[in-house]
Formats: sequence, structure tokens, C-alpha cells
Amino acid sequence: MTVLQQLEEEAIYILREVAGQFNKPALLFSGGKDSIVLTHLAKKAFSPDKIPFPLVHIDTGHNFPETIELRDQLTKELGAQLIVKYVQDDIDAGSAREETGRYASRNVLQTTTLLNAIENEKFDACIGGARRDEEKARAKERIFSVRDDFGQWNEKSQRPELFDMLNGKIHNGENVRVFPISNWTELDVWNYIRQENLTIPSIYFSHKRQVFNRDGQLIPVSDFVAIDKNDTIEKINVRFRTVGDMTCTAAVISDAFRLDDVIDEISGSLISERGARIDDQRSEGAMEERKKVGYF
Amino acid sequence: MDILKIATAGSVDDGKSTLIGRLLYETNSLKKDQIEHIQSRSKLRGFDYLDFSLATDGLLTEREQGITIDVSNIFFSTPKRRFIIADSPGHIEYTRNMVTGASTSAATIILIDARKGVIEQTKRHYYITQLLKIKKVVFAINKMDLVSFNENRFNEIQEELNVLIKSNEHTDVDYHFVPISALLGDFVVENSKNMEWYKGKPLLAILEQLPNKTRSGVETVFQVQYVIRPKTHAYHDYRGFAGKLKSGNIKLGDAVQVYPSKKTSYIKRIEKYGNEVSSLNAGENGTLLLTDELDISRGASIVGVNTYLNISKNLEAKICWMQNEELETGKKYWIQQGVQRVLAKVQKVHNKIDLDSFIPQNTSQLSLNDIGEFSIVTAEPLVSKSYKTNQELGAFILIDQLTNNTAGVGFIK
Repeated sequence: MTVLQQLEEEAIYILREVAGQFNKPALLFSGGKDSIVLTHLAKKAFSPDKIPFPLVHIDTGHNFPETIELRDQLTKELGAQLIVKYVQDDIDAGSAREETGRYASRNVLQTTTLLNAIENEKFDACIGGARRDEEKARAKERIFSVRDDFGQWNEKSQRPELFDMLNGKIHNGENVRVFPISNWTELDVWNYIRQENLTIPSIYFSHKRQVFNRDGQLIPVSDFVAIDKNDTIEKINVRFRTVGDMTCTAAVISDAFRLDDVIDEISGSLISERGARIDDQRSEGAMEERKKVGYF
Repeated sequence: MDILKIATAGSVDDGKSTLIGRLLYETNSLKKDQIEHIQSRSKLRGFDYLDFSLATDGLLTEREQGITIDVSNIFFSTPKRRFIIADSPGHIEYTRNMVTGASTSAATIILIDARKGVIEQTKRHYYITQLLKIKKVVFAINKMDLVSFNENRFNEIQEELNVLIKSNEHTDVDYHFVPISALLGDFVVENSKNMEWYKGKPLLAILEQLPNKTRSGVETVFQVQYVIRPKTHAYHDYRGFAGKLKSGNIKLGDAVQVYPSKKTSYIKRIEKYGNEVSSLNAGENGTLLLTDELDISRGASIVGVNTYLNISKNLEAKICWMQNEELETGKKYWIQQGVQRVLAKVQKVHNKIDLDSFIPQNTSQLSLNDIGEFSIVTAEPLVSKSYKTNQELGAFILIDQLTNNTAGVGFIK
């Protein structure tokens, strides 16, 4: 078996465990490459049936339009059920408050919307595309990661995971975050996209875009980000390595126009993938702090 | 190229995180921003060297205390191989973490502080590799720089380890011994000018050449995870049993027997993700369709006829206990073997293994991090083999009925 086959086998085994152990699972779909890979794995796992759980998108309202287009096209092709939950709805209802200032982002607010969605829809398992190579706190994440009634991750009392035995037994109100591609690297994801010929949003490939440099990060110009008069806007060839909220996803200068170029670029890249995520740069334990309160 | 999973074990301050950080750094697995982070943090803390443990100690509480408290899964690769290291913490109370890390690993690195030699923890770590039947064990004698890279000291420790190994019955294990300094890099990836007396390979070269894990059992057993029944016109009568072939092999037309119903049938069709295939090998996922309409649900086993298996409600096993509430005679738990989960009741706790002398001691209960032997009776018969002959069918977990936590892991005798 090749490395990609091994990883695919492991991921599909996990997805089938989710369908077998839970009453109402959901696949968290951001429109990014990892969630596209997850969706494809789920399609394979349950073929010839449809995917037996809905795709759930937590929409910050600050999306790259290319992502939304692809989301709708993909769900239509798969005949999958799509549930969209809007951060704006929680802001309007007063359960979330918009950040202000130069670094304002809705990234953190997603957590409120996600937790509300879990509670209202009674999801007992949420499948996500997080990988252990992304960030140090994620390296400690289990495949089945139990969250309490408040969506909290308690890293000190995680269930041990032995062999391939996954324990998804939970109490009413608790839920499990499931990470089938935990053991994949960024490069594995790209190689799998190439092998399976998957369509991903065009922003992953080089294109001309207006950006400005803030603290060494290239921020895409959009209606959602506050631009100072000191910021210099330039139009250059860039691409994105992750697709988050437009306010917290920085671009990298790139001439990788095709999939093969992207794979070559990543193989030789000097900066880690999450190095271009502004939300992680806030403090040394930024990811861990967010995970504890229910962030993915 | 393959992926080798490795567990690490060592006591507090034996330098595990430093070793892993060093491996990451020297295999160019750390990115520029990660290295800069380590440089600036090391400087901030007043170190005159790079603190590679910063590369892996992921949790805030760990960085506050300067220790590792949970299993971390770390990736790196060389042109020859991909590696996943389970970094298990060394505290005495965290035995469960090492067992967890080792359960998915083909090899274990046991770190030893050259100044201290073989200590109680080393014996415990060694015992766990034996309990889990880890076939490749690498003893890395670390901090050689603090014993002046002394050859005699290394030989003394190797001698102590040989005594430990000889006290054990297992002979089919590969042992390696390598003197290193994780802090300075000697014999981690590169050779060392400080220890020219060592004629073996550096640690990484050893890891690159270790044979990977192979499946131990020959018995054909397929466990059903999920029944695929599309409610569409085109697939009206389709009933596909999706699952994993735990061991053995299965091909089109094979006669099979289904447990728990004991009904027999034949393999009509094998699918892999919607495509028809003619056979499955051990460890592969697949979807089986049978010639007869049988009552088969999640947890059922589809086994090759004439396969010798234990079909029984009574199990004798070794168990490593992983939660604070004690394991006691008469208590009920969920037992999960592979994907099958049934109720079970502890019949008798026989003993607890003393991890210093490896001698069983009489007891009626097991506490967190204890390893012992017990008998358990299950509500439904399980399809099993001894862990020694088939690791896929011989391991199980116990789940606490009140907390739902994974309470322990068992190895069938």
C-alpha cells in the first residue's frame, strides 16, 4: 500500500465508525481543501449510498466568493444535505459580538455559531478536517475528541485511543469532534487532490489580487477588513494556502498556477501552513485557548 | 515509501522532547517560522542553546511547567521513510499514555539518562513493550555529553539492559543500543566525533531500516462496521456489509460463517468504495455482499469457514488500568473488541504485576496505571484469539458505564 492508500484506508474506517456509533453526525464543511477531501472520503466510504449525514457550513459572511460557489456545486453533485449557519444571525440575536479595531475578525465568533448549531440540531458528532501537523495543540488531539456540554476540550482528561478502537460513547448533550485525516500532512492532502482529481476553489492557485502588508502578512483587500491610510495596497500574483475567513487568511506570493506547481511549491516551502494564519499569531497558545472553548 | 509509527518512552527530564525536536530539525521537518520561534523563545528564557523541546511541547500548561503531559503525534520524514512519533510522557502516573502510544506503533525508543542508567521507570517501559509485543525496541542512551562520552559508561548500561532482557521469555524481539546526545546532536542523525568508539549506526539510520509492523494472525475475520442500504430504486435489494478485514484474506466465492448467528453463506461480491474487486487482504476496508439474506448488523463477524477461533463468553486477559476508579470483581463495563461492543462483568481480579520485579502479586483490585490479570464474562460470545497469536483479535478496551471513559485495555491470554 502507498502512503496515500494507508491514509485513505484509515480515514474511511473512521468515517464508517462515525456512521456506526452516532445518531446524528455532521460533516463540518468550510469549502477549504481539507473539507473537500473529507467529503470525497465520505462519498467513497458509503458508496453506492449517499453520504448518511449532512454537510454543515459555519458561514462568517466574510467568505471568498469562490468557496461558496464550489460548496453549492459540490453538494448538488453529491446529492448531499447542506446546512448553513450564519455568524451574522448570532450577532443579530446578541449571542455573539463583533470584534472592533484593526485586527477585527469573525474567526473567533464562529465558535458561538458552531456550538449553537450543535445544540439546536442535536449533532452528537462533528467531523472536521483538522490535521495533527498543522499546529502543536492539534498534535495532541484524539481521533474521537469528546467535548462537554459547553463544547469544551479538556486536554488533560482525554480518552486514551488504543489500536484502532474508537470509543464514541457519550452522555446526552455531549458531542464528539472527529478528525479522520489527523495523520495526513498538507502535502498528502494536495497529492490526494491530484490523485483523485478533485476540484478545489480557484483561490488556492496563483491569481492577481489586491493585498496589503500588515505585520509581515499579505492581507487580501475586502470590504471586511479595516485598511489604514498607512497601508500600501498592491496588486500582485498571490495564492492562499488555507481558506479561512477573509479577514484572517493571509496570501502568499506565488506563481503556482497549476496543481503540480502548488505541490512543488509546498514541497519546498520554508513557512509552515498555519504561519499564514493571523488567528494563530495572536499569542503562543492561541490555538489551544480557542480549542478549549470549542473552536475546531 | 511507508509510514513507521514509533512510540517513545523515558522518565521526566530524560530529554525525549529534545530528541524529537532534534530529529525534526535535522531532517528539515521544521519550517522557518517554527525555527525562528524556537530561537526567540530559547533566547527569551536565557538559554545558550536551542531548546528543541519547544517544537513539540504543545500545551500551555506544559510550557509553563516545562514538561510534556499528553501523547503528542509528531510527523517527520526522510527520503527513505515517513515517521509518526507518539511522544509519551515519562511520569510514573502516565503509564497509560505509553501504552496508548505503543498500541499503534511498530517500534519503541526507550530513553535512558546515561548518568542514571536503568531505573524503575526503564523496567516499566520495557515491560510495556513486552506486554504489547512490540518487536523492535531501541534503547537510546542519552546525555552522553554529561558522562564525558565515556564508552565504559555506555557498556555498563548496555550490560544492565541485557540482564533485564534476559529475565524475559520473549526471543523474537530486535534490540538496538545507541549512545546519543539529543542536546548536541551526537549520533541522532549524524555520526559523532566525540564517540568514535561506537561502531553502530546513528539513531535515525536505525529507524530508517527497521522492518515495519506486520499483521500477526492468519485467521480470516471481517468485522462489520456499517450496513449500507441505499434507499433508491437502482439499489433496491442492495445490502453491503462495510467493514475491515482484521486478518487473513477473503475472495469472491469464499464460504463464510457469520457470528453471532452462526449462519453460513458465500461471498457474492466484494466492493471497495463502490468498485468491484476480487479479494481483500488483511487490514483492508471493503464492502461484502453475500449470496443469502442473513441478519447481520454492526459488530457482527464474517469469518472464513474452517477458521480456528475462540468463540466464548469467558475471557482470561492481562489488563492495563487507565482510570482513577478501581477495577474490581463484580463490576460491569462495556467491552469493545474492534468495533463490537457488549456488556461484560469482571469475574475475578487475579493479580497485579510488580513492575520492578515483574512478579505477580495477589490483589482483588487494580488502580490507575496498574497492570494485572483478570477474568471477565461477556453478555455475548466474542470472536477472538490470544493477543500473542493475533493482535487484531486479541486486544480489547473496557468502557466505564458511568463516565463512558476508556477505562482500560486488555490483552487476551
